[in-house]
Amino acid sequence: MDRTPVIIGVGLSEYPVAPDLDGVQHHTLAAQRAIADAGIEKSEIDGYVNAGGGGGMMVDDAVTMAEYLRIDHKYIDGTMTGGSSFEFHVQHLAAAIRDGLCDTALVTYGSDQLSRMGRRLGTGGFQRAGQRVSGPMQHEAAYGNSLVGSYAMHAMRHMHEFGTTSEQLAEIAVGVREYAMLNPKAMYRDPMTVDDVINSRMIADPLHKLDCCAITDGGGAFMITTAERAKDLPQPPVYVLGAAGAQTHWNVSQQVDFTTCAGAKAAPIAFGQAGITHDDVDMLMFYDSFTITCLILLESLGFVKQGEGGPFVAEGNLKFGGKWPLNTDGGGLSSCHPGMRGIFLIIESVRQLRGQGGEAQVPHCEVALAAGSGGWLSCIGVAILGRNHP
Amino acid sequence: MKAEVRTVEEWVKPLPQPDGVSAEYWQAASEGRLLVQQCPKCGNRQFYPRALCTACGADPEWLECSGRGTVHTFTVVRQYGARPFRDELPYVIVMVELDEGPMMLGAVTDCDPDAVHIGMPIEVHFVKAADDLGIPYWRPPR
Repeated sequence: MDRTPVIIGVGLSEYPVAPDLDGVQHHTLAAQRAIADAGIEKSEIDGYVNAGGGGGMMVDDAVTMAEYLRIDHKYIDGTMTGGSSFEFHVQHLAAAIRDGLCDTALVTYGSDQLSRMGRRLGTGGFQRAGQRVSGPMQHEAAYGNSLVGSYAMHAMRHMHEFGTTSEQLAEIAVGVREYAMLNPKAMYRDPMTVDDVINSRMIADPLHKLDCCAITDGGGAFMITTAERAKDLPQPPVYVLGAAGAQTHWNVSQQVDFTTCAGAKAAPIAFGQAGITHDDVDMLMFYDSFTITCLILLESLGFVKQGEGGPFVAEGNLKFGGKWPLNTDGGGLSSCHPGMRGIFLIIESVRQLRGQGGEAQVPHCEVALAAGSGGWLSCIGVAILGRNHP
Repeated sequence: MKAEVRTVEEWVKPLPQPDGVSAEYWQAASEGRLLVQQCPKCGNRQFYPRALCTACGADPEWLECSGRGTVHTFTVVRQYGARPFRDELPYVIVMVELDEGPMMLGAVTDCDPDAVHIGMPIEVHFVKAADDLGIPYWRPPR
């Protein structure tokens, strides 16, 4: 029996704005759509995975959601590595499916971040007046660092060491926006130039407003089973060729090297499993919380040498029609970022590998690489997916 | 080393919650002394303080620092949603590379935010947030 792990169903809830759905309802709607897409009975699901993190009033951890959805599972995983959780889930489920710990697993995510919190804060500030802070954050909380600030410190150091420019970073946002213009549901769809990015207001030097991702609502789900079970299902199977994850730190103050990330450790493992090289990859789904996130992922995963990312991006290699088209759904920068975007990287990769990418379809797309970043370039998960049986 | 300790009328920022390991660190800071940990077994130096040496697992000891370091990287925060930080914009968040080796996060004061640059030498001073609790800050050397 062929137990090669295969993605058989994907589903999105509603985005970018869905005021009538709370986090749990996003999980649920996405699950229903993924189950329908896979064409199986819900009773077949015997594995369930989620990272929680929808936040707000709704409890959405793995055990609560397994109860809510009434999943009769024999395998459950609640690994939470921030936005990269879902690439770690692919790694865990690939092993679980191969080892027979379960046969058909569901992964879900949902968040009502935009409707619950609005966009006015827009800064990612963690701390408030008078708050008592314990644990490692007690050494950071008094200073007022922001989420954007943590990534900005990476950008600042990268620029210092390699001469990377704001214009080069802006090219990433512009390229992703071109794909968002092809996605009718994307949050931001107006044409955008490099000048627009570098003339947008500074949030935390050197990151401008348009170097930063959108804040949206949204949810997603995908299903994994064995190649054997996938044989008579309606959708073309998408094979998990390789999946790996690694961590360098969690709190940004513990980052060892501000110019790279744990992708440097995870990528060789994932490529080794897949038995392919970077030139075999047809498209990229990178976590684009900020433009610098993509640049550091590009280099640390080995698509270019360290320090060569800026000029490479400026040549248009990540744009529509480029060598490695990036974030064909419009990304977190322009389309959808409800807080933990990693699941959307898997879902869009699957759509492209099935040839369901619409106007944004990457021609002859046989291998897609999804790389999630959790925390502040802390936990990096890499999943390599393919159209053909390995 | 004994650095300047400033007092404020009322500390309105988030307040560290000292624990069994960090209490001594915060106490020293309230007296103008900056501590990092050094392992008596393998010599590894680390910050933030922990109950074990992250290199070999032994029980670390305290090392009093010179209070001098350089800017490893930084950002100027220009937007923040909540008080009190919102009222202080723009301000500089910094990763300080201590002369003793470890890096720590902090904020730069007494300096035009736009003058801060990577490699710039800086020195510590403290603001007293409670009787037994001082917060390290950084400024250009005097």
